[in-house]
Amino acid sequence: MQPAAGQRRIALGELFGGFFYIGVCGFGGVLPWARRSIVELRGWLSPGEFNDLLALCQFLPGPNVINMSVALGSRFRGVPGIIACFIGLMAAPLAIIIALGMLYTQLEDDPVVRRAFAALAAAASGMVLATALKIAAPLRARPLDVGIAALSFTAIAVLRLPLLGTMAVLAPAAVLLVWLTRR
Amino acid sequence: MNPTLVSLALIYGQLSLLAFGGGNTILPDMQRQVVEVQQWMSAREFAALYALAQAAPGPNMIVCSLIGWRVAGLSGAVVAMLGICVPSGILTYCVSAAWLRFRDAQWRIIVQAAITPVTAGLVMAAAVILCQTTAIGVPYVMLSALTAGLALGTKLHPLIPLGAAATLGALGVFG
Repeated sequence: MQPAAGQRRIALGELFGGFFYIGVCGFGGVLPWARRSIVELRGWLSPGEFNDLLALCQFLPGPNVINMSVALGSRFRGVPGIIACFIGLMAAPLAIIIALGMLYTQLEDDPVVRRAFAALAAAASGMVLATALKIAAPLRARPLDVGIAALSFTAIAVLRLPLLGTMAVLAPAAVLLVWLTRR
Repeated sequence: MNPTLVSLALIYGQLSLLAFGGGNTILPDMQRQVVEVQQWMSAREFAALYALAQAAPGPNMIVCSLIGWRVAGLSGAVVAMLGICVPSGILTYCVSAAWLRFRDAQWRIIVQAAITPVTAGLVMAAAVILCQTTAIGVPYVMLSALTAGLALGTKLHPLIPLGAAATLGALGVFG
C-alpha cells in the first residue's frame, strides 16, 4: 500500500523509534504498549483506527504486533517504512533474548538455576492456562463454538496431530458449520 | 546451505501462516516439530526456553528466535525470526490495502466467527501440553494453578509472579 494522498508522512526514524519503544517495553504482551505508543504518545492513529488495524492483524495469521508493524509501515512510508518499523520492533528483543540464551547456556547445569527454571516454566504454563481460560470463557454461551473448540483441542492435545492437517480440515469445516447455522 | 537453517526456515515459515489468533496457538506444533520430529531438544528444555522468552520484552514469538539460536547460533535466531514474521507479513502487506473493502463483508464475519473457537481450542491445547511438561511434582502443579489464578483474578503485572516463582525455585522451596 502506498501512502495515501494527503496522509501525513512520518519520518522513518520516527517509525523506528515508535516501534523500538514497543519492543523494549513490551513485557508480558506487547499489545497494550503498541496502543500506548501508536495512539497515546504519538497520535499516529485514532483509537478507532487502531482498533480497526488490530482487527485486520487478528484476522490474518502471524504474530499480531509484527503484522501491525507491516501494515502501519506500509501505510505511512511504503516498503522502507515496513523495514523501519520491523527492525525497530525486533532489534532490541532479539539482542536481549540472545543475551539471555547465552547466560542460560552458561548456567543451565547449575542446580540452583535448574530449580529456578523448573519453577519459572511451571509459572509460565499457568499464565498460558489463564490466557486459554480467558479466551474460552465467552464461548460458553454458544454450543457450536464449544464443539468446534473441543475438536481443535482434541486434535492437538490428545491425538497430537500436526497443525497443518488439523487446520486444513477443521477451518473449512468450522466455516461451513457457522455459515449453515447463521443462514 | 546449512540443512538445520533450511529446516528452521521451513518449520517457522509454515507456522507463520498457521498462527491464527496469536502466537500461543502454534506452541504445541512448534514443540512437536522441535522435540519429536527434529529431536533438537527435550520437552523439558523446550518448556524452559519458552519460560525464558516470557522473561524477555518484545513480541512473545521471540521464543522462535531463542529456539533458533539454541539450535544453530546467531544465524539460526535470525532465520527463525524471519521465518515466523515474513510469510504472514507479506500476506498482511498484500491484504491491508483491500481491508476496507471486505472488513464488513458477511463472509469475513463468518470466517472470523468460525476461526475464533478453533483458536480457543488450540490455545487450551497449548496450555495443557505446557502444564503437562512442567508438572514434575505436586508443588509445581500447585505453582501453575496459583499463577493461573493470580492472572485471572488480579491485575498483577505478569513479571511479578514469574520473578517470584524463579526466586522461590532457586531457593529450593519447590523441592
